[in-house]
Amino acid sequence: MTMTAGSNLEKVFKAGHKALTCECGPPRGADVEHFRHKAKYLKGYGDAVNVTDNQTAVVRFCSLAASRVLMDMGIEPVMQMVTRDMNRIGLQSNVLGAAALGIKNLLCLTGDHQSFGDHPQAKNVFDMDSTQLLDSVRAMRDDGKMISGTEVDGKPAMFIGAAANPFADPFEFRVIRMAKKINAGAQFIQTQCIYDMERFTKFMEMANDMGLTERCYIMAGITPLKSVGMANYMKKFVPGLSVPDEYITRLRGVPKDKQAAEGIKIAVEQIQECLEMTGIAGIHLMAIEWEERVPEICEAAGLYPRPKVD
Amino acid sequence: MVVAESKPVAEILEMVKDCQKVVVAGCKGCVTVCNSGGSKEVGILSSEIRIARKAAGNDLEVIEYTCERQCDPEYIEPLDDLVKDADAVVSIACSVGPQYVAARYPYVPVYPGLNTVFVGGAAEHGVWKEYCQACGTCGIGEFGGLCPISRCAKQLLNGPCGGSSEGKCEVGKGTVDCVWQLIYDRLKNLGQLQRLENPSFIKTGPPAGTADRAP
Repeated sequence: MTMTAGSNLEKVFKAGHKALTCECGPPRGADVEHFRHKAKYLKGYGDAVNVTDNQTAVVRFCSLAASRVLMDMGIEPVMQMVTRDMNRIGLQSNVLGAAALGIKNLLCLTGDHQSFGDHPQAKNVFDMDSTQLLDSVRAMRDDGKMISGTEVDGKPAMFIGAAANPFADPFEFRVIRMAKKINAGAQFIQTQCIYDMERFTKFMEMANDMGLTERCYIMAGITPLKSVGMANYMKKFVPGLSVPDEYITRLRGVPKDKQAAEGIKIAVEQIQECLEMTGIAGIHLMAIEWEERVPEICEAAGLYPRPKVD
Repeated sequence: MVVAESKPVAEILEMVKDCQKVVVAGCKGCVTVCNSGGSKEVGILSSEIRIARKAAGNDLEVIEYTCERQCDPEYIEPLDDLVKDADAVVSIACSVGPQYVAARYPYVPVYPGLNTVFVGGAAEHGVWKEYCQACGTCGIGEFGGLCPISRCAKQLLNGPCGGSSEGKCEVGKGTVDCVWQLIYDRLKNLGQLQRLENPSFIKTGPPAGTADRAP
């Protein structure tokens, strides 16, 4: 795989290291200090940090601005972009604008349905889906062409990523859908948070069998559980996400003030287990509103310090 | 067919509150089939308006008529005499109807008595379900004969998304089928799963606003 954008993340992969990305969600307002405060825990830990785009369809300050804030702090962003809120004009425009600001990693998503967010009456756009967005970004970068065929004046150098959810249905199709995204242009994949290690192992076996791990860097998504309550919530309310009873029993088995530590222990074990799997190229650590615990997780998992690449 | 639902009577009464003579115009097409705008519903709505106004001490005259269709100028014509000294027309056709009425009578206010909701069909007796969004580029042949534009909440051409669980869509709290699961099952039955291996690209329908189509 030749270098396409030259982002730190891309270089870490290309040098053969296991990469680590973290995540930082912008606030529901213009409080940039709060965002900077959360992000500063991630500096030096993630090879790049994902900036979510109005996740769960809740209005937050935009991922383009948040990506720029990270860059000013010396943190490399992975800008997330969903197709829910903009048509192909807006999306292509933002990709070009992001590239102009020096953003080099882009994660293309369809996005959560607006009915789950804080503006359920919003008109959905969905002019494109994630696969189509991947293809259009790849085409602007490699072919210099917009969807319309118009030539771009300056190709956007983007390292392009996508998401995969190995836990939704139909299971046997999940890896084929990931293959579609790779065919459309995805160079790296970040998975939905993994709790069901058995199902994830099967998913990775299928990905290996299809040769996908040779063509794309697959990062295992890990979200540490803060408490039994969070584990139960994930199990009950996040569609297609199963949290095995084993983890819930472990969290229940310790006093309430030790649950967070147990959750982190579980996450570290999961990270280590994933890194042992054939075809896993890195970890995507989503410590949701728990950025301050990222350093200890990374250190305990042997993912710190990060490799220096040029 | 086009499926439409009755607006609340209170909303219609508000529209015609200053009128002394109103024509309620129904349609014998789709809205008759979906029980919202046929001659029966014309009668019911007209009675409701009369009763409400009488109760308020403000009688009005309501004229009832059901057009053969309201999406064809020649079938609007029979309204000519009725509309002559009316203060307004309440059309209970799909939203195409009031626009034909408006086009024919430049000086008569027209109000919609229905909310047009979708193109669909009967799911069970008296229950209608959406099957088409009239996108202008039918691609259901690619998808096992099912339409992801109208039946997937995100209109995915490369589904199913991560919100598909046990055959149901995450939108609708388990009451709505995931059409992508249905597509998958159909293509599996037909031995055509390979259709899903390559990405489906952008919808390439006519540019928005230019969708006039010749008969």
